[in-house]
Amino acid sequence: MSYITKSPWIIHYDGSSCNGCDIEVLACLTPMYDVERFGIINTGNPKHADVFLVTGSVNEQNKNVVKQIYEQMPEPKVVVAVGICANNGGIFKECYNIQGGVDTVIPVDCYVPGCAARPEAIIDGVVKGLGILAEKREKLRQEQLAAKSGAKAAPQAMPVLDDPAEAKEEEA
Amino acid sequence: MVKMIICVVAYLILAPLIGGLLAGIDRKISARMQGRVGPSILQPFYDVLKLLEKEKITVNRVQDFYIACFFLFVIVTGCMFFAGQSLLMVMFTLTLASVFLIVAAFSSNSPYAQVGAEREMLQMMAYEPMVLIACVGFYMYTGSFDVYDIMETPHMPVVYLCGIFVGFVFILTIKFRKAPFDLSMSHHAHQELVGGLKTEFSGSTLAMVEAAHWYENVFLLGMVFLFFSNGEISGIIVGLVVCLAAYFLEILIGNSFARMKWQVALNSSWLVALILGGCNLFALIFIG
Ligand code: SF4
Repeated sequence: MSYITKSPWIIHYDGSSCNGCDIEVLACLTPMYDVERFGIINTGNPKHADVFLVTGSVNEQNKNVVKQIYEQMPEPKVVVAVGICANNGGIFKECYNIQGGVDTVIPVDCYVPGCAARPEAIIDGVVKGLGILAEKREKLRQEQLAAKSGAKAAPQAMPVLDDPAEAKEEEA
Repeated sequence: MVKMIICVVAYLILAPLIGGLLAGIDRKISARMQGRVGPSILQPFYDVLKLLEKEKITVNRVQDFYIACFFLFVIVTGCMFFAGQSLLMVMFTLTLASVFLIVAAFSSNSPYAQVGAEREMLQMMAYEPMVLIACVGFYMYTGSFDVYDIMETPHMPVVYLCGIFVGFVFILTIKFRKAPFDLSMSHHAHQELVGGLKTEFSGSTLAMVEAAHWYENVFLLGMVFLFFSNGEISGIIVGLVVCLAAYFLEILIGNSFARMKWQVALNSSWLVALILGGCNLFALIFIG
């Protein structure tokens, strides 16, 4: 059994949302909906998170931020796009600086429609995401087992996050 | 000798179970205080088991080594305490463990972790005097630093060490990372420092930090218990009840305060150490 579905920690990132969806995400934490019942914690730290909740569309300025948060999250991870803006750009789609939905920069596993998405829908989306998370976990385990048995204990890749080359790219 | 081995083995096996359960109860009670349903009592175990399933990402390799040392020395602290060793040695080992945690946070070069580490040092400065005064108080009362000797005293030490006891419960708020003084990192939703001290730890490293806290909390409650042991069953019962009451009190404090600045933490805990601890020590000299 995988424990990842029992303790999904969330990081919430606000792209160019109108704040409508953000309020609804935060509403999930209130006593009314209380997502901590399911072990869900809003961590605010990509390195602790399993689920990436994005509200609002991606624009020219935050596409790197979204990418970086995604890359900093350890596997297995899922991305949940909340609100129609995050799904495909929504009413901001035609704006000059909008690139589109979240799936234009990172792979999205679960789409939650709505403007604004209701807390019930968001919780539903996260729960759908948990199913995908469990699958990903299983796949990762199979890969790890395969790596262990075959190719005599190949040293585990350790992604170094503060790679100077990457940092330079960021600055430029 | 046999008693010693039994105590140490029991600590090694039971401490994470009790510590994890206490953490779960903490989250449940906190949720109820906030009008929420709250997670299952086993949630802390799910969290740690999940963290062990995650991919290993580490900023640099030494960090994992330091965290392993932190974990190890926290366990050694508890083992020495429950093996009846000298209280001073126990406390020094705990300090060493905390230093490893701080060095691990510093090694990552992340600003959040570094500010967290700096605050952790301030917290250590805040609670260390009271901890030392507690050790000295036990020595002046019983004539020995050894935990087993202290446990055999005919009267509950708290009768003579009431000031020190209150002071010790005060700094427990810092050690348990509860609200007014959870400066360096907190267990709850985000704070201005993201994860503070533990920002850069993830996966199994973070799991180790969490498990170390379970061990540490059980040891700290053991210290509370020491104030009430008189070598009899009555002392054990009273001690356990007070431990639970102290834990509940910390949860209550944690939920009713906002975080304060580090100056408040430092000043108030030194003041408490000076007034309650200092006066208590002088009183002990007069009683002889
Ligand atoms: S989907 Fe609607 S409510 Fe949500 S961010 Fe977009 S415009 Fe705002």
